[in-house]
Amino acid sequence: MAATATGIYHRSYRSELALRHTQAEYARLTLAAAVVVAVPFVATPYWQTVANQIGIAVVGAIGLNILTGYTGQISLGQGGFLAVGAYTSAILVERLGAPTLVGVVAAILMTAAVGAFFGLPALRLKGLYLAIATLASQFIILYAVRNWEFVTGGVQALVVGTPTLFGFELNTDFRWYWVILACAAAATVAGTNLFRTGLGRAFMAIRDQDIAAEAVGVNTVTYKVLAFAVSSGFVGLAGALTAHWTTIVTWERFTLDVSILYLAMIIVGGLGSVSGSIYGAVFMIVVPAWITQVAQDLRGQLSFLARELPAIQLGVFGLIIILFLIFEPRGLARIWHRMKDYVRLWPFRY
Amino acid sequence: MLASPHQQGAQHGCRRAVITRAYRHDLNGSHLEPGAPQLEVDRVSLTFGGVRALDDVSLDVVQGEIHAIIGPNGAGKTSLLNCISGLYRPDGGRIILHGGDADHSLARARPSRIARWGVARSFQNIELFRHLSVLDNLLLGRHVHMRHRLLPSLWYWGSARRQEIAQRDLVEEVIDLLEIQAHRHKPVGSLAYGIQKRVELGRALAMQPAVLLLDEPMAGMNVEEKEDMARYVLDVNELAGVTVVLIEHDMEVVMDISRRVSVLDFGLLIASGPPDAVRQDEKVLEAYLGQEHTA
Ligand SMILES: Nc1ncnc2c1ncn2[C@@H]1O[C@H](COP(=O)(O)OP(=O)(O)OP(=O)(O)O)[C@@H](O)[C@H]1O
Ligand SMILES: [Mg+2]
Repeated sequence: MAATATGIYHRSYRSELALRHTQAEYARLTLAAAVVVAVPFVATPYWQTVANQIGIAVVGAIGLNILTGYTGQISLGQGGFLAVGAYTSAILVERLGAPTLVGVVAAILMTAAVGAFFGLPALRLKGLYLAIATLASQFIILYAVRNWEFVTGGVQALVVGTPTLFGFELNTDFRWYWVILACAAAATVAGTNLFRTGLGRAFMAIRDQDIAAEAVGVNTVTYKVLAFAVSSGFVGLAGALTAHWTTIVTWERFTLDVSILYLAMIIVGGLGSVSGSIYGAVFMIVVPAWITQVAQDLRGQLSFLARELPAIQLGVFGLIIILFLIFEPRGLARIWHRMKDYVRLWPFRY
Repeated sequence: MLASPHQQGAQHGCRRAVITRAYRHDLNGSHLEPGAPQLEVDRVSLTFGGVRALDDVSLDVVQGEIHAIIGPNGAGKTSLLNCISGLYRPDGGRIILHGGDADHSLARARPSRIARWGVARSFQNIELFRHLSVLDNLLLGRHVHMRHRLLPSLWYWGSARRQEIAQRDLVEEVIDLLEIQAHRHKPVGSLAYGIQKRVELGRALAMQPAVLLLDEPMAGMNVEEKEDMARYVLDVNELAGVTVVLIEHDMEVVMDISRRVSVLDFGLLIASGPPDAVRQDEKVLEAYLGQEHTA
């Protein structure tokens, strides 16, 4: 990290505060943009679907990282918050005839409010105890979804019509890709900006030393609740996108495994890193998709493999998380940093 | 490199005859005249189970002075600081911070509220934001002077960006004062102990406090580092005019730099006054000798 900053001198605070400084950084950004734009033109339908899943996961993972990675408040309620976003938007659009955009914005606000409410235990609890409290929120929300039939449709799936945007009917994965990409890009920019300003800095202060944070004037009550709200706002957007893209909302999509999958994303990608959230989302969606594909290709010869697929996926997941926790707790983002430094400083390694 | 803040600062500084160094920013947050009562601790008591950590302690801190608090280990010095900054709730007594227009009652107020009123502090065991850079730590010292609005922060447009740049200016002044330029961008967790102590002083100073509470800022340092730190504390007090409450074990330093010394022993205030008077005080000698005998 230090190495990338040496040798660059700034003439104003403003230029120093810019996100990118070197040509290499601009070149990498351009390359990444080119790849992202090229994906839907070269991907098979299967991978096109996977790409859309990744985009939504990026939004959700950035949201969770704001709370867990940056503010230090662990949450196992991600699945529940995704459900709040998905059902809010679906119900508003499908039952009350609201425009999709209104539904999505309402989903963001509603999930932020619900997240803030379920964040209240964080004012008293830390670490594992908070994990268990947020776990409770996961179960409470899903219980409400399953039993509040009159509003949510209960265990029955809620079907949503395909929306139109600027005259285009969003009825293909290819069209959806651009909508999801725009949302993921917006989430990335917003997440990055947040931690360039005093607001995000207050979140990180709470993570590092909450007593000192109070002593410099950060009201930890307000800011913890705010962190839950902001984080959940992103998650609500991810939930709403899921609802309208898949056009079917069921509670089974938002179970505890989803919460754990998202935690795995930010651990593998890098806690407290926006780019890490992206790497983690890509990794944790692509690996199982790839395992599935391989297993399907092998179905003829090795049928037991296909049968054991869910178990294999879980095993691989668990292994990956454990390996990262042991060998690189700062995740893929850190590995990527080290690679950049290595290349930049080569052949002077030390 | 960054333009030195002092180039423009020189013209401002000329108007203030007493200071030798040009400041662009006034680091003193108090609106009181030097010599006015700034902080009033009135019959404060605090118990932990059976332990009386503070027993009817009263003392006055005067604007513009360095007020030292000394005493043997476990005397209640840190507890007193914690009561003033709101981390502990005293069982009884009042703590009043005098402001320009209003007085604030500190006992039982939220620490973040007290910080907003102008009380800054450092901790006996460094409590920095470990993963953040020196700059970010100092910028957090500016927290109460900034507006934190969600949407501008997410966009980083207009007000949010202007504010970051404006606050950076004052922080750079603190960085210059404490001579930590070389460490600006490093995560504080990676810095040497002595530098971390300095950063912690800087974070408190960036708050432009009315009262600066320092809990053993020189503990664990070698002679040279101690001298440096003593000079910084003096600078902050004499040049910037900040009122300082200082807990310190090193008697020489205490007698050298403080205007007034209060002595705690087993939660009781046993003496308070100018260093020379306190040095001669019977009870103080006894407390310290007694400690040496048992030690
Ligand atoms: N949080 C706490 N819980 C229980 N007892 C405490 C607590 N804080 C302080 N005490 C007790 O209060 C008394 C005063 O402690 P304090 O830390 O204020 O002393 P001190 O003068 O700062 O000592 P030192 O010079 O060692 O820092 C001690 O007996 C200590 O054990
Ligand atoms: Mg102490």
